[in-house]
Amino acid sequence: MTAPVLRAVALAVARGGVPLLEGIDFALRPGEALVLRGPNGAGKTSLLRCLAGLAPPLAGRIEMQPDAAAYASHADGVKAALTVEENLRFWAALHDRPLAEEALDAFALRPLRHRRGATLSAGQARRLGLARLAVVDRPVLLLDEPTVSLDAASVARLAGWLREAHLARGGVAVIATHAPLGIEAPELDLSAHRADPRATAGPDAAFL
Amino acid sequence: MRDLRLAVRAGGGFGLALAFFLIVVVLVPFAVGPEAAVLARIGPGVLWVAALLATLLSLDRLFALDWEDGALPLLATSPLPLEGVALVKAAAHWITTGLPLSLAAIPLGVLLHGEGAALLWLAGTLLLGTPALSVIGAFGAALTVGVRRGGLLLSLLVLPLYVPTLIFGAEAARRGAEGLDATVPLLMLGGISAGSLALLPFAAGAVLRINLR
Repeated sequence: MTAPVLRAVALAVARGGVPLLEGIDFALRPGEALVLRGPNGAGKTSLLRCLAGLAPPLAGRIEMQPDAAAYASHADGVKAALTVEENLRFWAALHDRPLAEEALDAFALRPLRHRRGATLSAGQARRLGLARLAVVDRPVLLLDEPTVSLDAASVARLAGWLREAHLARGGVAVIATHAPLGIEAPELDLSAHRADPRATAGPDAAFL
Repeated sequence: MRDLRLAVRAGGGFGLALAFFLIVVVLVPFAVGPEAAVLARIGPGVLWVAALLATLLSLDRLFALDWEDGALPLLATSPLPLEGVALVKAAAHWITTGLPLSLAAIPLGVLLHGEGAALLWLAGTLLLGTPALSVIGAFGAALTVGVRRGGLLLSLLVLPLYVPTLIFGAEAARRGAEGLDATVPLLMLGGISAGSLALLPFAAGAVLRINLR
């Protein structure tokens, strides 16, 4: 059995100093995905940000190679003044990767490559945000509601890319979503891990 | 590179700071009168204050744009550490603001009856001092990122930190113009620039990390 790429051990997550989630345990081996479920405000985004290293965990630990994760938030980080291709080229250069044409193809961006970010629709910008993940090519994907504002064909394209280009090559993914994605993956219902909001405050409490 | 391209393409900040600089400098003779001797004496100080205010203009956009469109957390998870991001941002800010301001100071100095050597001293001290302004400003912008109406708070935070740069920059320009020995203020100015370049990107990176939580 191969070692897990991403492992969370007794992880507890806070948002703004208020404990949200506790006792989260999972391990993802190469090719595995995990779907996070839970109502709005359950802590899906907070958990993903914590896994991405943007916020420190309240307790527990995350086991992962450094610089292995690519995070995709609600916002796509698309620069309005740059074209689609320039946007992707920037992220490719920052991650020291070539700009793969497959990334453009995977999300049907080729016809849009010379359009400026400002003129993209919400769904097109989301596709560009997802294509960034293909460009940076990291083994751990942390996706926060990737299907928002995508049409059915694009959702199918995303599922296909995740299955064939990412998971099949040994990557793992943690996906927070409300919509069915069409990927075989276990689900983690966060409402079962809800923490007592009055419990110990975060490490910043004394400082603030 | 991206920030340079963005700054140029988004227009705004780049030309705006220069135009602001120009207007402030042109306003001064209207306020204090056209007397050549007075203008020549206050010229370096006025140009320094104007340059300082002009650099403030584009500072609040430094990280705020990346914050709004969600690129900042993506930058934070990239291989480039946030300290590097802050340094690159400050460098881009300097190239689009401090550098053109220093060069524009020469023709604008003529408006204030500056003369040959004095103008060169002025442009030289600005070239030496404006990197400090950009780096200190980047630190301030990192502090106020995500704060509503952060631009105003940013000015209040950053302006006092600009005082040493202003004192030694304007002093060096004045002494140089009058033919006095300007070594000490020049050394201090260079020291401030070098010191803030070396230390403040780390402070800015740490502050960004906290603001991203």
